[in-house]
Formats: sequence, C-alpha cells, structure tokens
Amino acid sequence: MNTNISRGRLNAKKIAPPGLSLLALILLSLLPIFVTDYTIIKINSIISFVIIAVSWSIFSGPTGYISLSTAAFYGLGMYASAILGNHLPLPLVMVISGIASFIIALIIGVITLRLRGVYFTIFTFGLVELLRNLILWLEIKFSGTRGRFVPSVDFQQVFYCILGTLAIILLISYLIKRSRFGLALIGIGESEDAAAHIGINTTLVKVLGFSISSFAVGAVGAAMATRTNYIDPGIAFNMLMSFMPVLMAIFGGMSTIPGPIIGAAVFAYLEELLITKVPEYFMIIFGAIMIIAILFLPNGLTGIAGKLFKRRKGAGKNANT
Amino acid sequence: MSNKILQIVLEGLIMGGIYALISMGLTMQYGVARILNVSHGEFIMVGAFITWMLTTMAGISPLLALIICMPVTFLIGYILHRTLYKKLKDLTPSAGAYEGNAMLISFGLMFIIQSVAQKIWGSSPQGYKYLTFSFKIGKTAIAVNRLFVLFVTIIISVIFYFFLNRTRMGKAIRASSQDPAAAGMMGIKINRVMAICFGIGAILAGIAGSLLSMINNINTSMGMNYTVIALIVVVLGGLGSIPGSLVGGLILGFVGSIVNRIDTSLYMVVFYVLIMVLLLVRPKGLLGR
Amino acid sequence: MPILNATGVSKAFGGLKAVSQVDFHVAEGEILGLIGPNGAGKSTLFNLISGAIPLDSGTIMFDGVKISGKKPDKICRLGIGRTFQTAQNFAGMSLRQNVLMGALFGKKGQSATQAAADVDEILDFVGLTELCDKQVSDIPLAYQKRLEVARALATKPRLLMLDEMMAGLNPTEVAEAMELVEKIRNSGITVIMIEHVMKAIMSICDRIIVLHHGQKIADGTPQEVSSMGTVIEVYLGQ
Repeated sequence: MNTNISRGRLNAKKIAPPGLSLLALILLSLLPIFVTDYTIIKINSIISFVIIAVSWSIFSGPTGYISLSTAAFYGLGMYASAILGNHLPLPLVMVISGIASFIIALIIGVITLRLRGVYFTIFTFGLVELLRNLILWLEIKFSGTRGRFVPSVDFQQVFYCILGTLAIILLISYLIKRSRFGLALIGIGESEDAAAHIGINTTLVKVLGFSISSFAVGAVGAAMATRTNYIDPGIAFNMLMSFMPVLMAIFGGMSTIPGPIIGAAVFAYLEELLITKVPEYFMIIFGAIMIIAILFLPNGLTGIAGKLFKRRKGAGKNANT
Repeated sequence: MSNKILQIVLEGLIMGGIYALISMGLTMQYGVARILNVSHGEFIMVGAFITWMLTTMAGISPLLALIICMPVTFLIGYILHRTLYKKLKDLTPSAGAYEGNAMLISFGLMFIIQSVAQKIWGSSPQGYKYLTFSFKIGKTAIAVNRLFVLFVTIIISVIFYFFLNRTRMGKAIRASSQDPAAAGMMGIKINRVMAICFGIGAILAGIAGSLLSMINNINTSMGMNYTVIALIVVVLGGLGSIPGSLVGGLILGFVGSIVNRIDTSLYMVVFYVLIMVLLLVRPKGLLGR
Repeated sequence: MPILNATGVSKAFGGLKAVSQVDFHVAEGEILGLIGPNGAGKSTLFNLISGAIPLDSGTIMFDGVKISGKKPDKICRLGIGRTFQTAQNFAGMSLRQNVLMGALFGKKGQSATQAAADVDEILDFVGLTELCDKQVSDIPLAYQKRLEVARALATKPRLLMLDEMMAGLNPTEVAEAMELVEKIRNSGITVIMIEHVMKAIMSICDRIIVLHHGQKIADGTPQEVSSMGTVIEVYLGQ
C-alpha cells in the first residue's frame, strides 16, 4: 500500500503528479478544437468513468469498505437533471445534485458505517434497489408516469462541465492523499481498532470519506443524463454502474491515484468496444474480466507496473555494488 | 375480516417459507464457506427454469423436476467452490480480504449466469399450470399449488434440520462454522466441507426456484430480487445464524404479505426501511451472536 | 487521589457475565497488575475502560472526568493509551509511520514537525530506532508488541494499558520488556498490565487485582495477593 506520509519537504517527485495532471487537463480542454463531435461524446463518457473510479477510490481504496452505492448517486444525478434541467443551467444542476448526493451519503453513512465490512457493502447494494423501487412508486403514485424526459444540453458544454468536475475530484483526491484525513482513512483500512485507540474518530472519518466520494458521482450523473433523452428508474438506477468503479479500481490498482484513472480509461474503452462489437456477450465478458482481475491482479495494472519497475531498480542496485 | 387475516397468514407462511429456504442457503455459504454469495438469486432462477423446462418440454411432473434440480444445482455449486473459490483462497493472504474478494467474484458469477440464462431461455416471462384448482375454508379460496409449496418447504426444512443435527457431515459443518481452524485440526477436511456447504446453499436456492415456478411466472432477471431479500433476511437474523434465517425469513414473509395488501410495489422499500431501523437498534441482527 | 476510578462496572455478552460489579482504582504513578485465568474478563475490562465496547452499567472516572460512555478516540485523547492482546498494527506501514500515526492523532493540534521529533524520541525510548524503516510484517512478534507500546506512547498518555505484552516472548525478551515497563513508569506514566508471566507481574507490580469469572476476588500488594487462599485456589495453585 502506498502510504504517502508527508515529511514536510518538497521535491520534484511530489510536484510531478499534480503538475502533469494540470498539463493533461489543459491539453484536454483544448480538445474540442481538434476532434470531431463524435469523439467528444466518447471522451465525455471516458472522463465520467474516470471521475467515478477516482471518487470511489477516495473512500473504498484506503479503507477497504467496498461501496456499491455508485449507481444510487449516479441515478439521483440523472433525476436531478430531468427535474431541474428545464429551469436551471447544467453547472448549477450539477452543483445541486452534488450537494444532494453529499447529504444523502452523509445520512446513509451515519446509519451504515457503524457496521463493518460486508454489512456495509450489502447496504450500499440494497440502497440502489431501494431508490429504484421508491422512485418508481413515487412516480406512479404522484406524477402518474414511469419515466421522464431529460432536456438535452450541448455536448461541448457537457464536456467542459465534467472536465471541471474531473479537475476538482483529482485535486481533492490528491489533497486527501497528502493530508492527515487521508492517513486516518489508511489507518482505518489497516486496523480499525488500532486507529480508534490512537485518537482517530473513525466514524466521523468514514462518514466524511464516504460523502466526499459520493458528491462527484451525483454531479456526473446529472451531466451524463443529458446524453439520453429519456430515463426511468430502471435506466437511472442500473446496478452495473455500481460495479464499474470497483472493477476499474481493481483493474488499475486501488492504492494510487493513477491506478483508478488507468483502470477507468482502459475499461471505458473496452466497454465501448464490447458494446458495439459483441453486445450480446457484453455481460458475460464483463463478469469474466471481473473474476479474472480479482484472481490475478491483486494490485491491479499499476501494481504489476510497479513490481516490474522495482525489480529493475533492484537489479540496477545489485549491478552497482 | 377473518377471511382476510387467514389469507395474509397463509401468504406470509408460503413466502416466508421460501425466503427461509433461500436465506438458510445463503447462511450455509456465508456461515461456513465465508462467501457472501450475491449470485445466490441466479441459482434460484436456474432452479426455476430447469423445472419449467422439464415440465413443459419433457412432460415431467414439477415435483420430479424439483428432485432432479437438486443434484444439478449441488454440482454447479460444489464445482464452483472447488475451482474458483479454492483458487481465490490460495491466492488471498488474509481472511478479511478473502471475504471481500469472494463477494466480488460472486458478483462476476451473477453477471455471467444471468446473461447465459438469457441466451438460453430469453427474457420474457414463462410459466406452466400445476395444481391450479382450489378449495374453500369458510369463504377463503385457497389454491392447492400454494398449499403444496408450503408443504414441500416444511419437509425440506425438517430434512435440513436433521441433516445438520444428526449426520456426521452435519456435525462437521457445524463444527467448521464455529471454529474452522480447530475443526481442521480435528481431522475435518475443511475445504471439502466448505465446498459441500456451498453446494447445499445452491441446492436450497434451486429448490426455492423450483417451488416459485409452481406458483408464479418466472423470468431470467428474477434472481436479483431474491438475492436482496436473502441478504436482508440474513442480516436481520444475524450473519451466519441458521435459526436466525428461519425466523428472519418468516418475519419478512409476513411483513411482505401485509404490505402486498396495501401496495404491491412498496414491499422492497418497506423491507429496506425495516432492516435500517433494526440495525440501528440491534447492530448484530435479531439472533446474532 | 486515584487517576482512574471504576465503580460497579458490568458487561454481559448474551447470558454470560464477562465482567460483573467490579470496583477498583488506579493510583497515579503505580504499576497495577491484572491477573486471572483465561476468560476471567481481563481483556473485557480493558475494552470497557478504553471504550472499545460500551458498558452495561457502572461508571469509570479518569482524572475526575467521566469516561464511561465515551468513544475510544475521545478516551485516547483524554490520556489513556493501550495495546491489544493480539498485536494490532498498521501492517502496510513502516514502524516509523506506525508511531507517527500515534503522534499525529493522539493529541489535538499536534504539528507535523513536532510529531516527527516525538517519533524519533519514542523509537529510541523503546529501542526500535534501528528497525524503524522496516515493514511491520517483516519484524518478529516481540518487536510488534513493542511497536504497539511505542505507538500508544506517541499519543502521550498519562495511563497506559498493556494487554499481555510478554506473551510468547523468550526469557531475554521478557527481561527487556520488564525493563521497558519500569522505564515507562519512571517517565511519569501510570501503567495497568494484564499478564500471565507470573515472575514479571510479581516483581514489577506495586499492586495486583485478581479477576475470576468476571468478579474481583483480590486486590493488594503482590505479597498479599500471593498469600490469599482464594487466589491460590483459583489461579496460582493451578
């Protein structure tokens, strides 16, 4: 596990990751000038997956509390877009959806994060089903419809909105990794008892961590809903969405920031490819990749890269002495 | 009035019994093999479709089909554990990590089984008629197939109880659930016991699926709903407790049967709220250790 | 003036009374030994004091403040540190990082530079300086237990609770551990220790409490306790 404890010194290694990300973000923001509209739509979906994977790893990466609530917040975001989209500009809808997700995560967290391990996972899993059933019931009862139309938004605007969200979540993720709060999260993952007994308010840290890792998902859901013009509870609260970040993070490796980013990018591309080429086998392949990744990639792709790098470094050392 | 109460009680018993079967199955898989098997509902679906296929295409009686289902689902479960989960166990260093990863693998299985089933059986609802006549107690009409399902559920539960308490294998299973390390030292082949438990969990799911196909329409995406119900029951009863899942299943059956009278689309919501409240009051479940 | 005062402390698990109506106090600056057969409720008592599990009834006062009902992190910050029966360390971190965690979170408003300085001092104090860059999983058990002590010390406790710190150690290591406990007390920290190594308990404790079936059956100096009939019967005589 990468325990990046700050010792108060600045060096090139530490400035490099945020510097590179900033450069990448600036280059990305110029993209619409050069590429076709179709490519922008594709890139939107890849970026949204990256945001979701990075969000998920902020909490579940260090603590090991596997959350399956992504689809819940993503779906809430979609509904925010459907309900508010006609009255408010997209950025504002995203902010509202993000705040709503944060607050709901706070409430769910207070109730369920007193529970350890698998209990928490079951609950976040059930949350998606609950919201789907609840909203379906509310819709039929009060609005008399099953689904809603989502006002569409120019996809360049969507692009800049989710790029902004990406910048924010990367910054937050980076700051948390360097902060005491981040250390507390790692401590909880390593030994929750020990963490509590050295003065870490584990409940507060967990609830806050879970909430932080949920708000951007709500915001992205609102932005991505504009791509489909119709939603119903079944579309909005799609269980598959909850597994995407888990898989991406496992695929890329959970304990570093680049891990989930690489996982998300590779996976989003793969998904696109599978859905267009072999749609009827998509779920089977999805499940198989999931099982294989868990069995054979304990530290993800970045873990393998890291191992290779370490081996080379080790070999170099031996050669020198 | 009494007519309504009788129906609610009967419906509660029938669904509660099936929930209890499913949940005892999940408890076997989690309590001993430490796998919170989220693909449990898919085994229910598979059981239901095998029964449907044998009944409608081969003309076999659903009861016989149920009996054929048992070894089939057991073998699927047993082999899955011997290959996949055994491999995972060898590769995972800590027990905590194994639990997490085993659960994720079962999610992968869920996707695979569900889509393979869709390939084979399609996604439209299916059904057949079995013992569809009814008789009356007072003013209440009772369908014979529902009563039959209740009857089979009780028989299976009794057999299961005797298996756990009176047979050598049952004793080995109970010993392993309490202390796997000690059981291993006593000469119990722990990996085999775990695989058998996983298989038994699959059997119970398969039976539940068979029974469901006798009284309801079935479809290939029915599994998830029952998985969630089983998870709720198992949490309600305390993870890993067999009597807990029996009681929890019956409670959920009754609650569901009452809610169904008020608003059919609301029962999952009520279940979820129920479990939330319960966990606030008793974090270890109703009969949890 | 006792630093810790417990009255009527009880805890039951299901029907089993793990700790029942226990009254005791700890005087400032003493080393208090807690002994009793397995399952006597010693670790449960530690868990009740440190807030790991809530008590059913009774009150625990620490330095005039009621701590029963508080969460472990609050109790830690009030000045009670502890170790666990089976060592609980942050396995993926180095020894230094483990101790740093204690220094950073143990007291409010601790600056990072101050914490780092404290860590060096504590590593030296417990004799782990040489191993400080190793991973927890790479060091032997004796050191893992000592690491727990170091991490607890880093939270700057006034009372330190040691749960079977000497279990599984060889005679040399036991001697070193005893020396460390004396050193901790001499630095002004009150100590409660659960221990099965009789030689150690008898020679370094100022006072000993004996638990049996969750009840306190003896309380006195090592000489007094070792000569009590009931104690010999249930414990020492075994």
